[in-house]
Amino acid sequence: MKPYLSIEQLTQRFPDGSGGQLTVFENATFGVEKGEFVVILGHSGCGKSTIMNILAGLADPTSGSVIMDGQEVKGPSLDRGVVFQNYSLLPWLTTLKNVTFGVRARHPDWTRAQIDEHATKFLAMVGLEGDVIHRKPSQLSGGMRQRVSIARAFANHPKLLLLDEPFGALDALTRGTIQDELLKIWGQMEQTVFMITHDIDEAILLADRILLMTNGPHARVAESVEITIPRPRNRTEIVEHPNYYAIRNHLVQFLGKRSKELAGQLATPGQPNAPETVRIDTTQTNDDPADTRPALKAVNS
Amino acid sequence: MYQLSLNLRAALLSVIMLVVGLLIWEAAIPAQQAAGELTEYELLTGGGAPKAGVPPPSQVIAKAWEQLSDPFYDAGPNDKGIGIQIGYSIYRVLTGYFLAALIAIPFGFLIGMSQVAYKAFNPFIQVLRPISPLAWMPLALFIIGDSEASAIFVIFICSIWPMLINTAFGVAAVREDWINVARTHELGPFRTAFSVILPAAAPTIVTGMRISIGIAWLVIVAAEMLVGGTGIGYYVWNEWNNLDLTSVVFSILMIGVVGMLLDAMFGLLQRRVTYAE
Repeated sequence: MKPYLSIEQLTQRFPDGSGGQLTVFENATFGVEKGEFVVILGHSGCGKSTIMNILAGLADPTSGSVIMDGQEVKGPSLDRGVVFQNYSLLPWLTTLKNVTFGVRARHPDWTRAQIDEHATKFLAMVGLEGDVIHRKPSQLSGGMRQRVSIARAFANHPKLLLLDEPFGALDALTRGTIQDELLKIWGQMEQTVFMITHDIDEAILLADRILLMTNGPHARVAESVEITIPRPRNRTEIVEHPNYYAIRNHLVQFLGKRSKELAGQLATPGQPNAPETVRIDTTQTNDDPADTRPALKAVNS
Repeated sequence: MYQLSLNLRAALLSVIMLVVGLLIWEAAIPAQQAAGELTEYELLTGGGAPKAGVPPPSQVIAKAWEQLSDPFYDAGPNDKGIGIQIGYSIYRVLTGYFLAALIAIPFGFLIGMSQVAYKAFNPFIQVLRPISPLAWMPLALFIIGDSEASAIFVIFICSIWPMLINTAFGVAAVREDWINVARTHELGPFRTAFSVILPAAAPTIVTGMRISIGIAWLVIVAAEMLVGGTGIGYYVWNEWNNLDLTSVVFSILMIGVVGMLLDAMFGLLQRRVTYAE
């Protein structure tokens, strides 16, 4: 049984400028289940954004395919909503009009009143109400702009929501508030989400599963780490959870050391480069051999 | 102490400069010698007739009052009101200008969308653009044969370039992210063009339109001096031939006022389409 979103043997090569070819990643293979929140972590240049663009349909892979809900992904579609890092709001439209822009594209048969009502509802879900929704994006703070962008994406009920470092340009406090908003709206919608980030704590707070990428070139998705912290999560409470630091340490170790060590390992030709599943759960008696790694023992002792 | 607002102080200063300027101008013009003090010989040789000279502002103002109180009189081909003359000029400018806009904006849009087209057309545009529009006049007169249409053609050819270049540049410079927003929302090419690219490029396009109307108004005066018949350019030249310098000065001022109004109209349009990022 294939997962809801299946990435199969995806390879991306670019010309390297001196006649040769640069392989960004090779035979990447992984899946995302329906309703799952998956975060991909990795250093700059490992091809996270390239994977995101391929999933969005904005770029074509050199080889391999992406299959969502039984259909191959070809070109951009309303079924795959994108929240870009730089918000990508249309500056000549008001906040409300930026959201109705998306709703109208999704539901061309709706009346104006229906479209406005739907858009207003989703803006309210991210905490934008009243006079604010008639302002232009230039009159909003960075955090508010990103909320508009999130509202625009959720209002379209895409089958898959792609978040490309959505909080990268925001300060830490604002980021925290909007992460909470995102968790709230995600909890209500059962939306399948695929997100890129650099921020480990953000990844643990939001994700069901974290995909770890090795450094590029020839990057690959090396591990898939399950986040064994029950929902609903709250930023102040999850740090108290016994699994939190075990998972966090594992991620820090990977990004700090192993992403480099594993880098550049060529894939066996034709073999899918699937990630190894890692499950860290200190609350249960573990007989999982993965948990006997030295890096983790230090935490448990 | 009571402080006047910035605008009020600037307006006050403008008025003072105008009054002082006019007074200096008035004082600098020597009065005509009285005819009574001339010898009989001087009178016979026409020395008593009023000499043509730069008029003092008081005469220009009197002339302006006289002309503007009846701007649309028509007493034959050589004597029409200033309103009629300016009307002819504006008609020619707007006809040539809108014909140019009709071609330059859609064409610039297509060039801007395609890098190949942009590079392919660029050398032609770069060669044709710096040609003085009046240099086209003999060719236009020969091919078109009609002086009226030739004047419109000259306006057309001079206003097309800024609009074409700015439209192509504006369309080519639309942010990739906004195009991606259109793509991820499955907008077709026409909806993308009208609901994303056009508003995004509008400030640059309108800037081109504003530059064009300014150039068109500069060129029409010279073009009408050449083709003759009607128009403010012809009027200036005709009054020079009549040695009526008061009318010349008055019409120069009118050219400035109309040019300012045309520019202000596009300034208003520009403010409407500009957006802050």
